[in-house]
Amino acid sequence: MSVVNRVMGLGLRAINRVAGSPLLDRLHLRKPAQQALYQGARIGFRSAAAAARGFKATQKLAQPARPARVAGDGLFDLSPSEEQQMLQDAARRFALDELRPAAAAADAAGAADTGLLRGAADLGLGVMNIPEALGGAGSERSAVTNVLVAEALAHGDMGLALACLAPAAVSNALVLWGDEAQQALYLPAFVAEHAPQAALAIHEPQVLFDPFALQTTARRVEGGYCLSGVKSLVPRAAAAELFIVAAQVESGEPALFIVESSSAGLGIEAEPAMGLRAAETARLHLKDVKLPASARLAVADASAYRDCIALSRIAWSALAVGTAQAALDYLVPYVNERIAFGEPISHRQAVAFAVADISIELEGMRLTTYRAASRAERGASFAREAALARRLVADKGVRIGSEAVQLLGGHGFVKEHPVERWYRDLRAAGIVEGVVLV
Amino acid sequence: MIYLETPKKFRGLVDQARQVAQEIFRPNSRRYDLAEHEYPKELDMLGALLDGMNASGVGGAGAAGVRRDRDQGDGNRNGGNLSTALGTMELCWGDVGFLLSMPRQGLGNAAIASVASEEQLARFADSWAAMAITEPHCGSDSAAIRTTARLDGDHYVLNGDKIFVTAGDRAELVVVWATLDRNAGRAAIKSFVVEKGTPGFDLVRLEHKLGIRASDTAQFALRDCRVPKENLLGDPTVNVEKGFAGVMQTFDNTRPLVAAMAVGLARACLEETQRLLKNAGVVVDYDRPAIVQSAAAAELLKLEADYEAAWLLTLQAAWMADNRKPNSLQASQAKAKAGRACVDIALKCVELCGSLGYGESELLEKWARDAKILDIFEGTQQIQLLIIARRLLGKSSAELK
Repeated sequence: MSVVNRVMGLGLRAINRVAGSPLLDRLHLRKPAQQALYQGARIGFRSAAAAARGFKATQKLAQPARPARVAGDGLFDLSPSEEQQMLQDAARRFALDELRPAAAAADAAGAADTGLLRGAADLGLGVMNIPEALGGAGSERSAVTNVLVAEALAHGDMGLALACLAPAAVSNALVLWGDEAQQALYLPAFVAEHAPQAALAIHEPQVLFDPFALQTTARRVEGGYCLSGVKSLVPRAAAAELFIVAAQVESGEPALFIVESSSAGLGIEAEPAMGLRAAETARLHLKDVKLPASARLAVADASAYRDCIALSRIAWSALAVGTAQAALDYLVPYVNERIAFGEPISHRQAVAFAVADISIELEGMRLTTYRAASRAERGASFAREAALARRLVADKGVRIGSEAVQLLGGHGFVKEHPVERWYRDLRAAGIVEGVVLV
Repeated sequence: MIYLETPKKFRGLVDQARQVAQEIFRPNSRRYDLAEHEYPKELDMLGALLDGMNASGVGGAGAAGVRRDRDQGDGNRNGGNLSTALGTMELCWGDVGFLLSMPRQGLGNAAIASVASEEQLARFADSWAAMAITEPHCGSDSAAIRTTARLDGDHYVLNGDKIFVTAGDRAELVVVWATLDRNAGRAAIKSFVVEKGTPGFDLVRLEHKLGIRASDTAQFALRDCRVPKENLLGDPTVNVEKGFAGVMQTFDNTRPLVAAMAVGLARACLEETQRLLKNAGVVVDYDRPAIVQSAAAAELLKLEADYEAAWLLTLQAAWMADNRKPNSLQASQAKAKAGRACVDIALKCVELCGSLGYGESELLEKWARDAKILDIFEGTQQIQLLIIARRLLGKSSAELK
């Protein structure tokens, strides 16, 4: 069954609840299939509870439910599938109608409006990756779809996109690497109403951070592990009920652990940064946090951690592509309308060539990111491709942010225009590890 | 479905081109770089091979593959533009100068393939055609050409001078750009197929160059050169509305090919540098951040990222041509990115390899010399940026000069 059909199935279950949704009209999602997509998850209110719910396994799985690898026909192709196109369109519309207008205020407030985040959850983006067996809509790996959606959301605003996508990184990690017990315990909550806030915490506050040489440690203790360390730039950590935390085990290799927010020894400290402010970044302190042995993810899968880091870099690259595209789309009318010395500044090669360069490097970033995601979902090796996309984003993405401010001159430097925010956000995309996952 | 790999159906062709590059191009590279203007006889036997590849319908590794097929069904198509770009990359991994000297694969062949009528296509099918646009006083500003064509009975009479004609000495035909009316601007510029041996068409000299020395670069004089009027390619009427479209159409198809040349050369540089650095213990780790690796490894990663972007932009432009999507913007993006990336990569690889890179014992210094032309011919970097910017900004050439 196709993703859209599955999402539609879920939508039908929720149809009574959603029929009167005003958001549906605002997003112009009235075509049946789009409606279904929109309702994909569930409409409902969730009180902002920072304390973790008691996660309970509501079903028993004989084996972990994994999405199938995507098979291709072996032809070079740049066209997204019809389903991908629809999901991307829905995300674009949401970004245009909801994220962009809210971005400046969210940046200034250093917080995302919770109603807005509910709207994002209602797009059904989270359930898309969760297999049918667990009540989700996914049957195949959908790294490319996730890239297209992340790109579309970041075109609205990277900080808000991050806040919207952070919980899906955790559910996605559980889908990809959780065992049957971990999946049964946590994933049903992500397809139910009141899905939990969650975050994938990899980064640490240290120079030359290397996710393969972590300072956060997981000590073996009686019946489980004991985690200590500090995680950095964790989005909406204060509201999160569930974390996946990277820590070095005693044998020296890094591993992923599921940490419920009610665990003793967890502390959260606000960590506002240069950008991504709408995502309410924070440090997560772990002081002798005791976890059962069953909290460790992917014990038997040596490549899981490497894949997690690479998939996260692909997701960051997709966010950078969306934000860089927003910058280009903003610049074109600006340089055409801005008059200096009696004519539009776009009539000068120094300006026009800068715009051309942005378009070239942006397209290179986009194609490189798509290739990495496409290889990942087919089960091909993708570490190299993810690293190359990351490299481009770190160099060219930042350059695009800088050029965008430069082309607006003093106007680029003030908050009347969104360009200075993009400059700040784009710097993050080539640096941060974890947080998002495709 | 997004799939950005070498198509399965072209893997055989790519392997074949790689074999040619490996077994025939590379071993002869240095010899013909040193012996400029000497004809690389080894290429003769390759002409037949390429003809076979092209005749197979998928396009081979030369310029003749760029004709846009008319009979296309719905759905995704991987055709001659893509296979030709892929083949070109492989051959230029071997040697760019040799690719430019491949019999019957000249840019003139691309022009013929792009705009010729069926009758002309049949008539010129088995010939090697070079392309003559540039004149001593004008290069990028090709609308300023002064070579004239005057209709006289059943012939056009051509007068003017042409320089920088790639493979001009070895080709059997030269596609010459000339104007029917100097006062009518771009619309009056047409291309004419001139056969070698036509009275009044004389080779003046061959250039000595920085790189691609295996490929000859010729200067011609046209003095009352009479060309049959059936040799005019495309529409003979001067249509101001359509302007340059006819002759410029060729470039949407050939720019991805020059980008492909740059991609092939860049990969040669990267692979060779990776090999030499590996001997010195430097290997890129794709998992760990660049900032915790050696400076050389971090630099390689950066160069490889630029290569990857250029490779994908090139395949995108070719794929769009195969699928009959307008690709003028993407063709110029590919050419601009690949052109500058290959020069940066080649020069940086020489630096990384020190005197091994700079000396003639390896081919890196040659590739760094060869690279520069790829950011110049078929539209310089600056011309590509103009094309891209005008398109993005909606500007005419009068507004954005």
